[in-house]
This record gives sequence, structure tokens and C-alpha cells, in this order.
Amino acid sequence: MSAASDVIIVGGGLMGSSAALFLRGHGLSVTLLETDLIGRQASGTNFGNVRRQGRPIHQLPLANRAIAIWRQSRELLGADVEYLQSGHIRVCYRERPELVGSMEDYAAKAREEGLELELLSGNALRDKFPFFGPDVLAGSYSATDGHANPRLAAPAFARAAARLGAAIHENTKIVDAQKVGEDFIVTAADGRTFRAPILLVTAGAWGNALSSQFGEPVPITPKGPNMSVTEPVPYGILPAVGVMTPIEEETVYFRQVARGNIVLGGSTRGPSFPDQYRAYVEPQNTLSQLKQIRRLAPSLGKLNIIRVWSGIEGYMPDSQPVMGPSATTSGLYYAFGFSGSGFQIGPGVGETMAEIIAKGATDIPIEPYRIERFATPT
Amino acid sequence: MAEPRIIIVGAGPAGTRAAEACVQAGVRPIVLDEGRRDGGQIYRRQPDNFTRPYAKLYGSEAGRAQALHETFDTLKGAVDYRPETLVWNISGGQVWTASQTYADTLPFDALLLCTGATDRLMPVKGWQFAGSYSLGGSQVALKSQAVSIGHKVVFMGSGPLLYLVASQYVEAGANVVAVLDTAPYSARIKALPDLLAVPSVLWNGVALTIKLKRAGVAVHNGIKPLEIKGDADRGVSGVRFRTRAGVEQEIACDAVAMGHHLRPETQLADLARCAFAFDPGTRQWLPERDGDGRSSVAGVYLAGDGAKILGARSAEASGRLAALAALGDLGLPVDKGEMTSLRGDVGTYAKFARGLAKAFPWPSEQASQLPDDTILCRCEGVTAGDLRGVMRETGAKEANRAKAFSRVGMGRCQGRYCGLAAAELIAAEADIPVEQVGRLRGQAPVKPLTIAIGDDQ
Repeated sequence: MSAASDVIIVGGGLMGSSAALFLRGHGLSVTLLETDLIGRQASGTNFGNVRRQGRPIHQLPLANRAIAIWRQSRELLGADVEYLQSGHIRVCYRERPELVGSMEDYAAKAREEGLELELLSGNALRDKFPFFGPDVLAGSYSATDGHANPRLAAPAFARAAARLGAAIHENTKIVDAQKVGEDFIVTAADGRTFRAPILLVTAGAWGNALSSQFGEPVPITPKGPNMSVTEPVPYGILPAVGVMTPIEEETVYFRQVARGNIVLGGSTRGPSFPDQYRAYVEPQNTLSQLKQIRRLAPSLGKLNIIRVWSGIEGYMPDSQPVMGPSATTSGLYYAFGFSGSGFQIGPGVGETMAEIIAKGATDIPIEPYRIERFATPT
Repeated sequence: MAEPRIIIVGAGPAGTRAAEACVQAGVRPIVLDEGRRDGGQIYRRQPDNFTRPYAKLYGSEAGRAQALHETFDTLKGAVDYRPETLVWNISGGQVWTASQTYADTLPFDALLLCTGATDRLMPVKGWQFAGSYSLGGSQVALKSQAVSIGHKVVFMGSGPLLYLVASQYVEAGANVVAVLDTAPYSARIKALPDLLAVPSVLWNGVALTIKLKRAGVAVHNGIKPLEIKGDADRGVSGVRFRTRAGVEQEIACDAVAMGHHLRPETQLADLARCAFAFDPGTRQWLPERDGDGRSSVAGVYLAGDGAKILGARSAEASGRLAALAALGDLGLPVDKGEMTSLRGDVGTYAKFARGLAKAFPWPSEQASQLPDDTILCRCEGVTAGDLRGVMRETGAKEANRAKAFSRVGMGRCQGRYCGLAAAELIAAEADIPVEQVGRLRGQAPVKPLTIAIGDDQ
């Protein structure tokens, strides 16, 4: 016997949890299925940047939709997910002066989408952010971006959805999904089945396992972010800080939480193992991250890290997610493969997918994310 | 064949005897140790220019301490000894070390983890005040620097270390005002058959109690700790407890040493991806190993109190045994008869350790009874009430999930000091067996690692 609802969501990360919440807002009944626990992998282990700056210009409408949700998250969720609109600064190094031009170009285009950025260099940059090292040349500051706590966010969305009546099943590993007549039948490893006319796949790095069952394989690569955190120190660094560079090893970022700990992220990503449900931080990546952090903000060299972690993220070859309707199967929708950049837009993705499912359309541009872009010509 | 690369982590009783076995087999091991000198914790050596005699420092164990130190001294030319070196991660067949800002990676064919133990602590209201120490910490102060943790010291908890350190303080002339043992005296009687496995150690324990009483120290059994009184500015001012008869008492003091026996330091075994199993006798998760010390991971061996709390004498035997197992596995000739005999020794100490666990039971029920305003996780300042609230709000009842939502065990000690008590509290609150709460996953770095690591390399 199968449990029936209007929509089945497979994957209890931030995308699936927020979609469940907003689908309930549209009055649809929702069953959310999660292999492990809500928000344990990419959604719970990422850096926590709530940053619009630096996203592709075509993604800013989605990011703007998301920022509105983050700002009202406390009321919406009935929980504190430690969202702080404390700014975001993205800098480039002296050895890449050409990036200042890229920052200016980006700021002009972002302004048209409603994102105000302030370019800073020299004394203006150092007066405002005295922690930057001598290699830092210039920065682009967004006063209206910020950060939140990934450990808390997705579970808070799921709890809010559950309070509105969504059925949430953790420890429910899905082994099969198929469309029989008008309904999708989704089968768990323990034999339970779930039935609904609409299926939304928000399964992150595991998304391809389901899209393949509907003839739409995608080239997704699992990786793990490289994260560290310091012991708590007096709160003084307000914005989230990141480096703009074409070199992966140089791509580090940090933010200080109100409690005082400084979260460090970036440099080389590590391997992750979706089958084992584990990702490990490679020690050499920790060392390269700390070296790059010292370059970005030398005074942080006086602190200790007390913990490192990683999780399982799904990366697409073009770094853009798979988001929108299936090209092969009506009633089937996807939102996965956010390529290490899904946290800020997550609630916007959930709201947009709920809108597409409930109303059949959205004003948010999702054309670049269509799954057809990976279809092999026949 | 090239000489096998053997790395020993820890230079206490297990590590020293493991190194000795390697050298005797013609292998030059690398010995990595966080300490400034060899000896580990129980046989911690005083700084170079200190001259207190062995009898003064180690009491009944002076002979063993001296023998161990002398062994290590003779090995120094034959081992690659690296003191003040932290192993902060293990990955890809290599250990990753840090010594100040100097970083190194060392590949191994066999890795012997002789990582020792730290105190098993039960939170008490007020234990965050200055003047609250672990038993181990108070012993370090005495052994290393010849100082007492306070002018009026109370020892509170249970286990053999409670009596040992208290009597060492008395011996050194410190003012010990009371020994407060949560274990009832009847538990010791019940444990006698197991404790008789090693009569000499049992006798040492009895002698310590007699010595304390002769010195006029108030010794209470079967007590329940209620509160460490004090304030944030002036630190500890007293201890409030309930006697076995149910009467509340308060004793003025300016320092408290606490502990309930020991817990193994298993984080490196965890990072080496060794399998763990729940040990009902101690209510702890321990790395699995065979009778010789082989872990579930090929090439990784576990010995001494870092694998399971069996005491210093057992550590000497299990350290040597694990080294012989490693040498044999690497194809070197080893004395099978000696290995059999060492297994027998370890078995005898295991029986004694079971007796200790019965005589000084971990008061797990105290965790569930902690008042809401008691700080449970000192690193992150999380109270028992905070954790209970998070459990009610989120439904979390698995150790790592509760940590993610509440920050319990998320600080610089990574739950080594509060994790066992937090698990008991979660189990009681969720009404599930403590093994279902699971164990906190170990994460690098094992101890805080400077961001300046590798800066001048």
C-alpha cells in the first residue's frame, strides 16, 4: 500500500525542504523523502554565504527572491538560523589588476538587477577592512549580502514545512522511481512506496541516479568543500570575505559568526563518496587553505583552527544547476547540482519550484538551468 | 627489503615498550609525542632542571617509572624521537604532524597508536569556575611544576586516580580538605573477586585510603555532587554535595579536582578510520582490535589506555605486544612464546579493569539529573537546559545531530570532556539506550592547529 500526496520531493536538503514549505503555502500536499537526515550534506556543510555578489547576472532575480526570504526567515521559520545581513566583500590580488575591470563591469550590470556594489581600493579599502594583507588590491563590497548557519537552515525549513502538514520521512533511501499511468511510484529500500502525480528531485549529488531513471542522465561530479573553523575570538569582522581569482587554490573565503568563531572555506575541494555518504577533508587541502588565508588576512595566522569538515556536493560541468521541468516526463521536476553555490539561492529555488509546480509558470529566468542542455543528440 | 617504516604515537608506557620492541628487532621507529619529555601522563617526567626523587614523585610506582624512563633514555639514539609534535591528522597512509608552525608528513608501513587517556568528567553545576581541574590536570601541576591547584583542595569524583592524586597531594604537603567519592563502599566489596586479579595494585589502593585517613582527610563514599560554589571573578569557593545518608553538606575550598576514572583518547584511531564498537562495561565507544592490538585497518595498531583503560602496567604489556604483532605482520621474526605470555598479562589486567569499573561506577544517572542551568559543554558554554530545549524543538537524539543543532561538543576539546555526559543526558531525555545516541565523529585537527602552520617552510 502506498502513501499518496500531490507532490513527492526526493532529497531533504535546503532545496527540497524549502520547496516543501512553499508547496504547502500553495495548498498542495507534500511528502518529502530523505535518505539520511535533513540537510546533512551540501546544505549543512557549506560555508554559509548568503551572497548575491559574484553570481551570474542571469541568476540575480532568483537570488533577489531568495534574499527576501532570508530576511524574513525568523518569522517564516519560527527559528533563528543565524542570518546576518552584515555585508560581503570580494577582493582581488595585486598580481591580477585586470580583475578590477571585471569587478566594475559586474557592478554596473548587477545594479540593473537591483544589487548595489561599492568598489573600494587603497586607503578606502584598508580603513574599512584593516585585516586585509598587502597583496590585496581592490574589493567590491555588497552591504546587503551576509551569511547564515547552514547546520540550522535546512532543518528549520523542514520543521516549518512539517508544522504546515508536510509529511517528512528521514532515513528513507529511494531505490526506484517510475511513472505508472498518471502517478509516480517511488520505492524505498525497505519496500515502502509513495505515490503522487508530481515528483520533484532535489537530491543534490545523487540527482543523476533519479534523472537517469527517466532517460535524462547528467554529468554530475561529487566533490567536498574544504571547511575549517577557528576558536572563538571577539566579534569584529562583519562581512563575509572572499577572493576573486581564476585559480582554485587561491579561492578562499572567511566569515565570523556572532559567537566569535571564524569559519574558513575554499582552496582545493576534496573527493566525496556519495555511496558511503561520507566526504573527507584532505590534509593537504587544509594546509593550502590556511596558507591562502594568511595571504588574504595575515593576522588570522595568530589563531588556531579547532575543526575541519566537508560534505557531499554535486558539481555540473558548467557550474550551473539543473532546475526546471523534465524534458522527457510530464509532472517531473528537477532542482539539483548547485555546484557549491546553492545556499543563498536555496529558499528562492524552493519558492520558485513550488510556483512552477502549483501555477505552471514563473517569472524567474531558469532557461540556463534546463536539463536538456546535457541531452545527447540522437 | 627496505627497513619497515614504523611510527609510534605517544611516548608513555605503551609507546616506550613498543619502541623498545622495534629497536630490539633492528628497526628504528619514529616516536611522535606531544609532551616535552617522554613518560606520558602517569609517569610524566619533571622538567630537566627539577630534581625531586622518584619515590617522591611516583610513590608506589617509583620503580616502574624509573625503569620506563631509563629504557627510553637508552633508546634515544636508536629511535627518531620527535617530542612536542602533534599528529593532527592521518590520511593516505601518512601521519600529518605539527610542531609549532613546522608541518611534516610521514608515511608508514605500521602505525602504533599509544595515545593514552584523559579524565572522564561528569559536569557539576559551577564546574566552569576557575579553580576547577580534572584529576589528571591537578596531577600534572604537581608532577611537572611541584605546585598545588589551590590552598584548600577538594577531590571529587570516583576511581583509583581520585585516591592516588589526593594522597600525592597530601604527600607533597598540600592542604587536602576532603575526598568525595560518588561510588558507595559496597561497590568495592562486590568488585573484590575481579580486583584480586592483581593483588599488589589492589593493596596499593587500600594503602592510599589508609594514608588519607591517617592524614586527617575527610573521605566520604556514596556522595552526590550538587554544586561547585563560586563566581566568575573569584573562582571556586566551596563544594556542595549530598552524603550517602542524604544530608546536604558544604565544604569551603578554593580548588576542586574532578574525574571519574579515565577515557581513552581515540580520535586518531577514528581519523585512521578504525571501526568502533560500544563497550557496555564502560559505556564508551572503543576502537575494535584483536587480542594483539590490530585495529580494523591494516597496518594500524592500538595499545595502552588509548585503546581501552586497562592501566599503566597493562599498557607496557600491550604496547610491546602490539609492536611484536606489527613486526611479525611486516615479516620480521618475533618470539611467539613471548606474545602468548604478553596476551596472558593483558588478560589479567583486563580482569582487574573490570573490577575497577564495578568498584567505581560511572554515575551516568547524574547527567540526566543535571539542572537546566548547569553548563554542560564548557568550550561552547552550552547548558543542560539548552541541549534539552534543542532536543525538544528539533527531535535530535543522535550525538552528531544534537551537536550540530546545540554546539555541544563543537568546541576546542571536540567533546572529549563533555561528550560522554552529553550522550547520557540525551539518552535519558530521549529514553533510549546510550549506545543508540552513537558517538561523536572525530574531526581533524585532533588538537587546535595554528593557522600559521607551514608559514616559514
